[in-house]
Amino acid sequence: MSMNTQGRQTTPDAITVSEHETVSGNKGLAQSEKLIFEIGTPRRSGVDFPKLKGTKSRLGHMARTGKIGLPGLSEPEAMRHYVRLSQKNYAIDMGVYPLGSCTMKHNPRLNEKMARLPGFADLHPLQPRGTVQGALELMDELSHWICTLTGMPVVALSPKAGAHGELCGMMAIRAALDAKGAAHKRRVLVPESAHGTNPATAVLCGFSIDSIPANDAGRVDMAALRAKLGDAKEKNDVAGIMLTNPNTCGLFENDIIEIAELIHGAQGYFYCDGANFNALVGRVRPGDLGIDAMHLNLHKTFSTPHGGGGPGSGPTVLSEALAPFAPVPYVEKHKDGWRLVENADDKSFGRTSGTSFGRMTAFHGQMGMFTRALAYMLSHGSDGLKQATEDAVLNANYVQASLSGEMSPAFGGICMHEALFSDEFLEGTGVETLDFAKAMIDEDYHPMTMYFPLVVKGAMLIEPTESESKAELDRFIDVMNSLAKRAKAGDAEFFKAAPIYAPLRRLDETKAARTPVLRWRQDI
Amino acid sequence: MRYLPLNENDRAAMLDVVGVDTVDDLFVDVPEAARLDKLIDLPTHMTEAEVDARLTAMAGKSRAAGDGPFFMGAGAYRHHIPASVDHLIQRSEFLTAYTPYQPEISQGTLQVLFEFQTQVAMLTGMDVANASMYDGSTACGEAVLMACRVKRRKKCVLAPGLHPHYAAVTENLCQYLDIDLDIHAPAPGKDVDVLDGLDKDVAAIVVQSPNVFGEIIDLEPYAEAAHAVGALLIAVFTEPVAFGAIKSPGEMGADIVVGEGQAIGVGLNFGGPYVGLFACRQKLVRQMPGRVCGETVDAEGKRGYVLTLSTREQHIRREKATSNICTNSGLCTVAFSIHMTLLGEAGLRQLAAINHKKACILADKLTAINGVELVTETFFNEFTLRLSKPATGVVGDMVEAGVLGGLHASRLMDGHDDLLIVCATETNSEADMDAFADALKGALS
Amino acid sequence: MKYTEDHEWIQLAKDGDSDIATIGVSAHAAEQLGDVVYVELPEVGAEFDKGDDAAVVESVKAASEIYAPLGGGITAVNEAWEDAPETVNAAPETDGWFFKMKITDSGELDGMMDADAYKTFLDSDD
Repeated sequence: MSMNTQGRQTTPDAITVSEHETVSGNKGLAQSEKLIFEIGTPRRSGVDFPKLKGTKSRLGHMARTGKIGLPGLSEPEAMRHYVRLSQKNYAIDMGVYPLGSCTMKHNPRLNEKMARLPGFADLHPLQPRGTVQGALELMDELSHWICTLTGMPVVALSPKAGAHGELCGMMAIRAALDAKGAAHKRRVLVPESAHGTNPATAVLCGFSIDSIPANDAGRVDMAALRAKLGDAKEKNDVAGIMLTNPNTCGLFENDIIEIAELIHGAQGYFYCDGANFNALVGRVRPGDLGIDAMHLNLHKTFSTPHGGGGPGSGPTVLSEALAPFAPVPYVEKHKDGWRLVENADDKSFGRTSGTSFGRMTAFHGQMGMFTRALAYMLSHGSDGLKQATEDAVLNANYVQASLSGEMSPAFGGICMHEALFSDEFLEGTGVETLDFAKAMIDEDYHPMTMYFPLVVKGAMLIEPTESESKAELDRFIDVMNSLAKRAKAGDAEFFKAAPIYAPLRRLDETKAARTPVLRWRQDI
Repeated sequence: MRYLPLNENDRAAMLDVVGVDTVDDLFVDVPEAARLDKLIDLPTHMTEAEVDARLTAMAGKSRAAGDGPFFMGAGAYRHHIPASVDHLIQRSEFLTAYTPYQPEISQGTLQVLFEFQTQVAMLTGMDVANASMYDGSTACGEAVLMACRVKRRKKCVLAPGLHPHYAAVTENLCQYLDIDLDIHAPAPGKDVDVLDGLDKDVAAIVVQSPNVFGEIIDLEPYAEAAHAVGALLIAVFTEPVAFGAIKSPGEMGADIVVGEGQAIGVGLNFGGPYVGLFACRQKLVRQMPGRVCGETVDAEGKRGYVLTLSTREQHIRREKATSNICTNSGLCTVAFSIHMTLLGEAGLRQLAAINHKKACILADKLTAINGVELVTETFFNEFTLRLSKPATGVVGDMVEAGVLGGLHASRLMDGHDDLLIVCATETNSEADMDAFADALKGALS
Repeated sequence: MKYTEDHEWIQLAKDGDSDIATIGVSAHAAEQLGDVVYVELPEVGAEFDKGDDAAVVESVKAASEIYAPLGGGITAVNEAWEDAPETVNAAPETDGWFFKMKITDSGELDGMMDADAYKTFLDSDD
């Protein structure tokens, strides 16, 4: 069997209840909240409707007769339900959220206001183009900013999230290979440390995965890469490489230009995972590194909110070689204003002229995110974006330097926007990365990214972002160092019990997965 | 810069701790050839007021749907969204949280997802639902992939009433996977064609109801035909409000139900972000793509929720994952769920009834005009008209008259330029409808 | 009982003229997996070559492929998994078997480790 070396406890140990139990189950502001199915009824509603005269139904024999069961709440009940629930969430606006690779930076509220302007928000995607010129102009201006910041000629805006952008880039690569008749090029090189989306995406494009190891410095092992391309020259089956830069260890791939040359030398294409572009904006243009495609996560680099898991947005920049294969739709400026090229077969005009690989989404992409991202770019400007990058990298290095005494940096040296630690400092303490993370919750911090990247044992990946002040970082550093000392002092029980002060104690993930209960039912 | 808390003193002190002289020393790993020595040629920073003014002016160049009579559907629907929905989704705790990977401090998002999944399952008449997909079209593509996995077959049949963009997205997703898609050319009244010629190679048939022309399709014969050859029925919808008035796909035997949830809680947004809904039968759950939230207990035995069945997902299975999806439509699921809770079953039924009545009234007004013929015998809030003149020009002429009077079908498909797809919702007044009728009459005369 | 370097065990038995191998994962591998929540088994009758993915065992945080350690056809799968996936943790080398296969070439067993050799292999692996 394929071995799992990252296994860890997913069933919490039973603990004894020591706190005073209240009659209601609430504890001061810590309110318990039932499900809408337990507090609402199908007859109750929080929306009023006008009376309308009857007309002859055109539903045919398809009118719904059975019950649906959807519960309703009046407006004040609904407000309470959701406000109470919201208070069980941690959020960037509450404190440090150092999830490595996720870039939890401040979400400016101007962005929210702009995204709600009716001239952007209250537009139907299929309105006649003469009625949506402002929206098309915004898309075009965002494209200009993205292309200029990345140094790439073309951007496809429509991908709905990062992984969707990866799919866009890899499909463009596949389409370019197919156009050249290179049907034998089906192997994609992916570093061991890559995001899981990379191999999953490549497979969706009909590619197979060949893993490349990391060297001791946490970067692509060039000898291994050359060896893999070496046999590629005989069989010449390498379609390309998918590489994150800065990589998932928070390190810049310093051989990246050579990597690009090697891949191009093997007639392959270079996909760069742009999840960490926030470490480069204004200081490095991916176009200067020789890449062919890269997605951007507008919800990471350009501050659109994460919203508890989405919606994201994954515009994907493409090189001249891949541009003809870009997905539809896209915006083009003409003398009489902006137009949308909507049909993949369209040979009459547009940069793809019938070569587009296809359509990725029903409409034009995440307009709401485009508006927010452009508002952020305009606010920062070229100077502010560069400063934000520098502050993000400085903050990460400051955290790394300040924690290195007590914790174990995975590679040391200078990092980019995130600092990676291993669990070496916990060895023999009985405390594991997971326990350490849960203790952070009691200190009112969201834990860092854990057990990723897979190349580092018990990985802890900390990304403070540029949004943290020095004072906030100093408090965070103090807490982290104190926790590390406490672990080393042998207080494993403290860590195993954590969190104690969160709305819930550790949850039984094993039970959830063994007997999945994915919805409420009357009987249960 | 208002978003950056560090000042020059902070930066100097921090560089000192790091042990370097300047910030440039933090970028030493960047190859020299790629280091930028000057600012990128883009405008420099702006105040909040300046950005506000600039983007407000840009927004003003468009004609918002709410600026006048508006009757468009075909995959995106304009409904009234209660003010409390937008207020609640802008709460920091929902807006600025990440994917709920730490369940102890993410119960807010997780419980909403659990409620959302239940609401979607109830609405569609299915057993379970996931925590959403990017939009209806990508949900449709993922459903086709799922059916091929479940059935270990490589062929699917897409009905002619399926939204052409959904078919295109599905075709795109499948194009490199050796999956044979039998895509019927879009046409009204032709969905029954897919019942012919099904064989044991087919993993699923994909049928939309109400379809892109607005016709309501009885899915039962499609479920029977699919099941007879051991295939699945994938039912698609773009207007979830319809299920307040018509039978759910689950009641009619669908195995997977996917669609667009935008109509409930999420605005038009020029096409995104939207929220893809994905529901299926219990026995298929471990092949379902996307995130899913499940109930469990904490160490004290208290009920709580976690993301579960994650071994299907890309961060664990990597190249063997069910899908490459990482993000869902998070905040849009919250909006959908809140709006649905405010409606409740009674409210949803009323909303659906009003939509249907408005559409009936509108259809009567428009078909009274010379040169206008109703193509769709049954419909919910959307119907298709055959015009005596090319619809593209008619739509353009109506814009001149201030009316966004439906969608010419040829924007979505080859041919059919005499067809106009029209939608009415509770947001349309009697006066709007009269303005539409006048504009259409004028354009046709 | 024989072991593979992929941490699977094989118990061979005769059924008439046929060699029937029962296959599971070692106690060491089961411990590494963590709490098992689901097992996806092959269909009876399915044919595998040595080294093919034959089953998937899932814990909350990981999924591992079970390779067919020998070529052959599946004759039985352990139905106990449906209700009790925790069996792999409780009794990996007995009740926790995954599937039985009628093997095509018992020669493929040559060179596989016995219990002592496997133990030595594990010690050297650390």
